[in-house]
Amino acid sequence: MADKIFRVNMSDLSAKVEAVPEGWMGLGGRGLTSTIVAAEVKPTCHPLGKNNKLVFAPGLLSGTQAANSGRLSCGAKSPLTGTIKESNAGGTSAQMLAKLGVKALIIEGLPADAGKWYSLHLTADGVTIAEETEVIGQGNFAVVQTLNQRLGDKVGVITIGPAGEMKMLGANISIKDPDNHLRSHGRGGLGAVMGSKRIKFISVAPTDQKVAIADPEAFKVAGRTFAKALIDNPISKALGQYGTNVLVNIINESGGLPTRNFTSGQFAGHEAISGETMYDTIVARGGKPKHNCHPGCVINCSQIYADAKGHYKTSGFEYESIWALGADCCVDNLDHIAEADNIMDDLGIDSIETAVAFGVAMEAGVLQFGDGAEVCRMLREEVGKGTPLGRILGNGAGSVGRAYGVTRVPVVKNQAIPAYDPRAIKGIGITYATSTQGADHTMGYTIATNILGVGGKVDPLSKEGQVELSRNLQIATAAIDSTGMCLFVAFAALDDATCLPALIDLLNARYGIHLVADDVTNLGMSILKTERAFNLAAGFTNKDDRLPEFFLEEPIAPHNVVWDISDEAIDSFWNF
Amino acid sequence: MQLTVKLFAYFRDNRFKEQLADYPEGTTVEDIIRSLGIKPDEVGVTMINSRHCSLEKVPAPGDQLAIFPMIGGG
Repeated sequence: MADKIFRVNMSDLSAKVEAVPEGWMGLGGRGLTSTIVAAEVKPTCHPLGKNNKLVFAPGLLSGTQAANSGRLSCGAKSPLTGTIKESNAGGTSAQMLAKLGVKALIIEGLPADAGKWYSLHLTADGVTIAEETEVIGQGNFAVVQTLNQRLGDKVGVITIGPAGEMKMLGANISIKDPDNHLRSHGRGGLGAVMGSKRIKFISVAPTDQKVAIADPEAFKVAGRTFAKALIDNPISKALGQYGTNVLVNIINESGGLPTRNFTSGQFAGHEAISGETMYDTIVARGGKPKHNCHPGCVINCSQIYADAKGHYKTSGFEYESIWALGADCCVDNLDHIAEADNIMDDLGIDSIETAVAFGVAMEAGVLQFGDGAEVCRMLREEVGKGTPLGRILGNGAGSVGRAYGVTRVPVVKNQAIPAYDPRAIKGIGITYATSTQGADHTMGYTIATNILGVGGKVDPLSKEGQVELSRNLQIATAAIDSTGMCLFVAFAALDDATCLPALIDLLNARYGIHLVADDVTNLGMSILKTERAFNLAAGFTNKDDRLPEFFLEEPIAPHNVVWDISDEAIDSFWNF
Repeated sequence: MQLTVKLFAYFRDNRFKEQLADYPEGTTVEDIIRSLGIKPDEVGVTMINSRHCSLEKVPAPGDQLAIFPMIGGG
């Protein structure tokens, strides 16, 4: 069955299934969401108004047996940054959508009756729009539970929590994972866009359909090589044991762990929040150190973190969330951090943006650094209930800075800078500055080469080579984000010569095409240029590709370095 | 010379987190790694005083040496 575009118009509550335009045929994931947003969304539109569109697209390999191919892309104009946005998540929906033949789901318009909420239900035949009342106001965990009862355990769920309903700019979109917990399209406030369209959830019907494979034998051979490259990679082993939180100690050791709202590069409490401590705690309490965010993942970087009584507390407990609440807010207690992470999952709010917002609020004196219990209370009582303070926090780090007159506000294009200080790890500063989507480490993860020794070595404290490093990684990332592959395949792809050719063979066998490595690079470049063109048309200039002033003026310990890469060097990023 | 050696991730298993120890002058990072029963090709990153260093590097007295296996995340 040929893939189709599923299009929903919330203005007249209609839905249709369309043929895939020729130009979109070879695209998936981020390449497709960004192409659709660039083609159909007016760049100057209000992100929460009728002219924005919310687009979901599984990757080119999603729905197949290829390892780690179950990532879903979600795109729109971001209400947080005002730029184009693609946010990428695991969970079960990408594979289900691909099997239903959904190349992309495009949601446009706004309902005439702003008092009503709706749901969308996707089957192979199309989309049903229904008014929803039962789960309105509920947290994401309750939504998943209710829908499992209403539609059966195997249903796919894409949902917003109260933060999305309240159109907070930090609101995310959550995806049900294989254990009925949540993965998130975390960054850029896409949950607010879904909330603006008055859609509480999208359910995806389970199916026995399979995606068509043009050359099944070649696909099987390439799939084995690809999976072996992932499994054999030593980084996969550490990710399976410690999760991404294995990074706390090495980033702290490097002096690049932003601490106390970005005033130091090392955190005295690093050991208490480290991946090593987390692993020991999980094992002692009977949690699960290894867990997959989507079926077919062979890395298993997720985990089930249990509380002191051995009950589920949170999963997908990521380094960046733990860093933000831990080092940046000086909370040296993993249980408080896990509690906050769980509340943020339930409210449906980005755990990077919101936790960095708390760091700024602590600097403003709204609460004390280190007060994890108060963070949890404010999440529940202020953010969760939409009080004025809760909305200031829920609108992100920039919002808190503006409301309280704080000048040390770590954002680029109004999106919070994550867990790596650009003064001490300069490559990532180029990524933060030039990313088409505001500060986002995943856009071009120079940490691999600056710190981890993956894909070569570039001294994190030197100005040399950082632009080129970030450019090459941003191009490669845009391509990987189009395949439906988890970005962590890059660790194998950067150092194992069998990995990338096998990935290209998978694409060729799936579609009966003949891509070579240059085609993949060209795809990445073309995605970045499409996204950049949207931003320029929305009013951004190279002057927006800059880090906040304080990074240039405040040296950070222990290396006592400032951000010192010139504007001209930053702008040369786009010379390709 | 006295050095502080710090181990991370599974390198800590049956070893230690952090140890102050005496090494002969001229000891290289690789010598220290081998003395701990760690194979050099399992090592991902080494840092002395928060700066990356090569396996051939000879630490100075009082240095802090951090030894990591190959790790990643993000």
